[in-house]
Amino acid sequence: METIRQTPDGAASCGAITDMQGPSPTRRLFDKLLSLRWVLLAVIIVSGFIYIPIVENFRVSMTNRDIFTGEVSNVGLTNYQRLLDDPVVWRALLNNTFYALISIFFQVFCAFVLAAIIEGLRNRRVRNFWRAVYFIPSAISTTVTGLLFYFIYQPDVGLMDAALTFLGLEQFSHPWLALESTAIFGIIAMSQWQGFGYSTLLFSIAIQKIPRELYDAATMDGAGPVRQLFSITFPMAREMSGLMIIVTITGAFQVFNEVMVMTSGGPSNSSQVLGTWFYEQAFILNDFGYGAAIAAIIFVVTMLTGIAQVWYTRKRRVQL
Amino acid sequence: MPVSAQQTAPTDIWSTLARAVLLGFLLCLGILVIYPLLWMALSGFKTNSQIFNAPFDLPTGFSWANYVAAWNQGVRSFLVSSIVVTASSAACTVLISAWTAYGLTRTRMPAKPIITAFILGGMMLSPTVALIPLVRMMQSIGLYNTHWALIILYTAFRIPFTTFLIRAYMLELPSDLDEAARMDGASDRQIFWRIMLPLCRPIIVSSVILHVLFAWNEYLFAMIFTSDLDVQTLPVGLTSLMAKHGTNYAQVFAAMTISALPIVILFFLMQRYFIRGLTEGIGK
Repeated sequence: METIRQTPDGAASCGAITDMQGPSPTRRLFDKLLSLRWVLLAVIIVSGFIYIPIVENFRVSMTNRDIFTGEVSNVGLTNYQRLLDDPVVWRALLNNTFYALISIFFQVFCAFVLAAIIEGLRNRRVRNFWRAVYFIPSAISTTVTGLLFYFIYQPDVGLMDAALTFLGLEQFSHPWLALESTAIFGIIAMSQWQGFGYSTLLFSIAIQKIPRELYDAATMDGAGPVRQLFSITFPMAREMSGLMIIVTITGAFQVFNEVMVMTSGGPSNSSQVLGTWFYEQAFILNDFGYGAAIAAIIFVVTMLTGIAQVWYTRKRRVQL
Repeated sequence: MPVSAQQTAPTDIWSTLARAVLLGFLLCLGILVIYPLLWMALSGFKTNSQIFNAPFDLPTGFSWANYVAAWNQGVRSFLVSSIVVTASSAACTVLISAWTAYGLTRTRMPAKPIITAFILGGMMLSPTVALIPLVRMMQSIGLYNTHWALIILYTAFRIPFTTFLIRAYMLELPSDLDEAARMDGASDRQIFWRIMLPLCRPIIVSSVILHVLFAWNEYLFAMIFTSDLDVQTLPVGLTSLMAKHGTNYAQVFAAMTISALPIVILFFLMQRYFIRGLTEGIGK
């Protein structure tokens, strides 16, 4: 601490007195500005690697590069017009939507019911055991699980068709990932297998926060387990469900890894999602302008769900 | 709890039956989840013809040949890359996020809400949207196809989320301790290293785990920013291996098992922190 400082009226005073009066306004302003050093690095990194590139992406989306001369020209909104006429974009949007809807069913609704069942078990260790077992696939890389299911769906070695044969259901055997009609659903099924344990875990924790007295009172009133599920557990965990729906939609529109590993969007673009179609245009065909325009759709969707999430958690103050 | 813990008459036949049905259901679901993983690990011990002819059978012997071959075909190098990238980016992310969170919660910074919104807003933005400009940037500064590209990008894209976690935790901490230290003449720097960081240990552990889970499994950046086998991380390395030795199924299965194992072991060792981290990560 300083021993002698100028006070605003110009008189010198000793440190003890300044401390009592607080530091001078200039000093205070200096301190305030100096405290920015704590966030400076984060602001620079986040601007440089997230915000600026995203703005730049929009600039790129308005350009085209001539394949022969390498010249870049401004083409305005041409790439966006091209999006509207591109059937694969619509197919990709549809697939992302399938992804979102099916995931909401399994990872919000089913996971919630499963969490309620697990939390209904008496033994704590047994509850922990089941939650951990179901969670394991979520810890593993989607590349590994994607490859694993690529093999499982293979007609020659795959477990899927072997299991169907074992059950006497040979007529349902398919080369799942090689058919236009089933490829995307094969991938989505893998995603559900991998992801439901994660949401079950989150719902379990939401259910644990519900006050015990509610259940005791309901039991006194003669409400059975199913009644309690619908009258207490369901409404009490509703906020968590709302949040999970938003998170699931965001995830569904950003999906890339599993589709890339299992089919790369094929056959005949039938399992293309926005992420893989973006990758193919930008990095396989080197059409950066059009790729950037596809990325812009991903931006809009994730931005909207992001805003919805902030709005929802603010409004309801979701607590776990 | 909600379903059947309140039953007062456990001898009731219907309740016993319902319990049996539920347990049977949990068991079947558990098998459905675990069996494919077990199949993957066991297939690593088989030969190709065994995989083709008898997918359900147990391997005839536990020969490590496929695992050793996969290890030498590149898995060792992918593993080293994954460890380097994951550990470095975890350290950078958590340190930078912790001191950013300190600035956002414990200093009298101007425009605090705006800066907070700016940094945390990064969470909403999809990495895909920044990808094309980032590739050009990394190429022009010469970091393309190096571990640095991944370390920097993983750090940058995880700072918003990690700051959000640590900030929420710091806001809950009472301010008595750091105020007392400040009265005693401690500088911001001393308060951060000696008081706040130790107090934040639980959330730091959770943040590290969540970062490891992310960086170990990340695929899009890793695929686009690395092209040489010796800089590729496990997820990308696996797809390279698959492209090269795709017909040798047993070896690919062994490689997959090796890359899945570390994170599964980590999960079982740190389960408590894992679960806390995941729940902190959502909903606040």
